[in-house]
Amino acid sequence: MSLGLIGKKLGMTQIYKADGSAVAVTVISVAGNQVLQVKKSAEKDGYSAVQVGFDDQKEKRMNKAQLGHFKKWGAEAPKRKIVEFRVAGDDQLPQAGAKLGPEAFVAGAPVDVIGVTKGKGFQGVVKRHNFAGQPAAHGHMMHRRTGSIGCRLTPGLVWKNQKMPGHMGVVRRTVQNLEIVQSRPEEGVLLVSGSVPGNKGTYVIIRAAKKKAQPENK
Amino acid sequence: MSSVITKIESEQLKSDRPDFRVGDSIKVHTRVIEGDKERIQLFAGIVIARKGSGLNQAFTVRKISYGEGVERVFPLHSPRVAKIEVVKHGKVRRNRLHYLRGRLGKEAMSVKDLSQQGEAAAASA
Repeated sequence: MSLGLIGKKLGMTQIYKADGSAVAVTVISVAGNQVLQVKKSAEKDGYSAVQVGFDDQKEKRMNKAQLGHFKKWGAEAPKRKIVEFRVAGDDQLPQAGAKLGPEAFVAGAPVDVIGVTKGKGFQGVVKRHNFAGQPAAHGHMMHRRTGSIGCRLTPGLVWKNQKMPGHMGVVRRTVQNLEIVQSRPEEGVLLVSGSVPGNKGTYVIIRAAKKKAQPENK
Repeated sequence: MSSVITKIESEQLKSDRPDFRVGDSIKVHTRVIEGDKERIQLFAGIVIARKGSGLNQAFTVRKISYGEGVERVFPLHSPRVAKIEVVKHGKVRRNRLHYLRGRLGKEAMSVKDLSQQGEAAAASA
């Protein structure tokens, strides 16, 4: 339950650590995060949370209601992407209009990254559900087919959630416990160890890891 | 590629790497960490391949150790490669010297010396 950031995936590269080992990292641009609405549990919202906006948008692409909302909370420009983060208590809430950047995370901090996976289209069971498939040669003609999907008169139906071919990808996924390898405020980017869901240029959400404690100095 | 990524990569490139090619004999000084001590280990042999570009560039060195061929791949810009020394420039007509793997005995490490070639050409002319 803490503040997170919205970012844009720029791509991947590698970093040599101090001991000489190389780590693969994803470069995520997080410059220009701004606090919009601040919700307090003591007031009418009934819970503590922060709305964060990212990536500037032209004013003419917004309707009046949206423009009014951005103006009310002191945003310098309308934002394309808005995400709400729950915060533990009212005393930890930042000011409306405050700017957030890579400083929010220190190197070594464990984070979770949420994104929308790459679209794979309509896929068969081998790719979609990791089925083994059937023999390729020696007279076999089943190859990558689904196989049996059930029994006979009992139960007389195909069970729910039976794994079958269909659309794959374009799903919201969370990758847990990635490490911040570097936090670079001058470029406005975070370097996160390993890969992150989605194409280059897509929005991702970075938050403190739910299942790992943050380092002490934060 | 994003300009930020280009910048991050260019920061890590090492400018002290000498210019060497496939066929050259080199000595690679590698940093070996044992416990909390660090020391330099040498790996000397012939460069049989270079691959990749930028930060991902790597090269393969082959040597014969106690009669057994040994190959090692080094990332060119890795901090574990402390220094590269060029011993001899070789003259080869291939980009990859995989044919050396099939050779035995004295022939296995023989690549024509580029400096000798130059002298021979000068003598004949």
